[in-house]
Amino acid sequence: MLRIFLLGLLFGITLTMGEVISWFRIYEMFRFESFHMYGVIGSAVMLGAAFHLLARGRGWKAEGGRALDVFRYDGKLWKSYLLGGTVFGMGWAVTGACPGPLFITLGAGYLPVIVAIIGALLGTLLYGIVRRHLPH
Amino acid sequence: MFDLQPWPWYITGPMITLTMAALLLIGRRFGISSNLRTICAIGGADKLSDYFQFDWKSQRWNLVFVLGTLIGGFVAKEFLLQDAPVDIHPSTAEALQGFGIQDAGSAFAPGALFGAEAWSNPVAMLALLVGGLFVGFGTRWANGCTSGHAISGLSSLQWTSLIAVIGFFIGGLSATHFLLPTLLPLL
Repeated sequence: MLRIFLLGLLFGITLTMGEVISWFRIYEMFRFESFHMYGVIGSAVMLGAAFHLLARGRGWKAEGGRALDVFRYDGKLWKSYLLGGTVFGMGWAVTGACPGPLFITLGAGYLPVIVAIIGALLGTLLYGIVRRHLPH
Repeated sequence: MFDLQPWPWYITGPMITLTMAALLLIGRRFGISSNLRTICAIGGADKLSDYFQFDWKSQRWNLVFVLGTLIGGFVAKEFLLQDAPVDIHPSTAEALQGFGIQDAGSAFAPGALFGAEAWSNPVAMLALLVGGLFVGFGTRWANGCTSGHAISGLSSLQWTSLIAVIGFFIGGLSATHFLLPTLLPLL
């Protein structure tokens, strides 16, 4: 657990030092007026792809000899990814924060973000209640 | 590296990959929005929907991760990052100032939403609450956010995550270009 806490600490420092938690950077990203956010996400994805390819090619395992616990998304649920993604994108543009930065922004001392965190929990609750009526 | 103010994209991006890779190698996954479901489950939401009836104790490690990120934000802002304004593109700053966001280009985050003055502005409170609601609802519907889809999903070459990321941009671009021009002047 200590290692996981330290990785979280490093991630929180990274997104703050890289200004990823700044509302201004997200607004700028959605106006396509700076390379910064595209460089951040693009380099993370490219390096991550190199990691996954190497891990597959060389049969890297997680500690204890288990297979890497990579997310497996179900292609049949594409409607939920598109529609849910669109709803999330609107919230991302308004609050300037995706779920990670919601919490990091609070740590950085911008206390009104608590209201957005409460909103995110209410949204999660609402989804849990109405999800059977939504396309997936 | 900690002396750099702020970190350029070519340090920030690889550090994100490092976080994901390290989590995978110790047997975990890099996905943050699932914590919202976990917190609801701990709070008793399992009585409202079976969506919250799962073994949340197996997800405690992810809450520890989030606690780490929160303290990381504190450490970075208090001790590492001098109070440098975010150096956004001049045309972005100009557009924002046109909408009444006067601290664009001279602050880390807009005071109208994240400063003490936000508490007394009902529009700011509503924007944060409803915006946050969309973040929670949308990421759970899409079964992932920027960490789970854009970083973990795209880097493991899953086309379904690309669909999610296209959704992120459809929503983000619509809100930025059709909603914010009306909303921002009210802040």
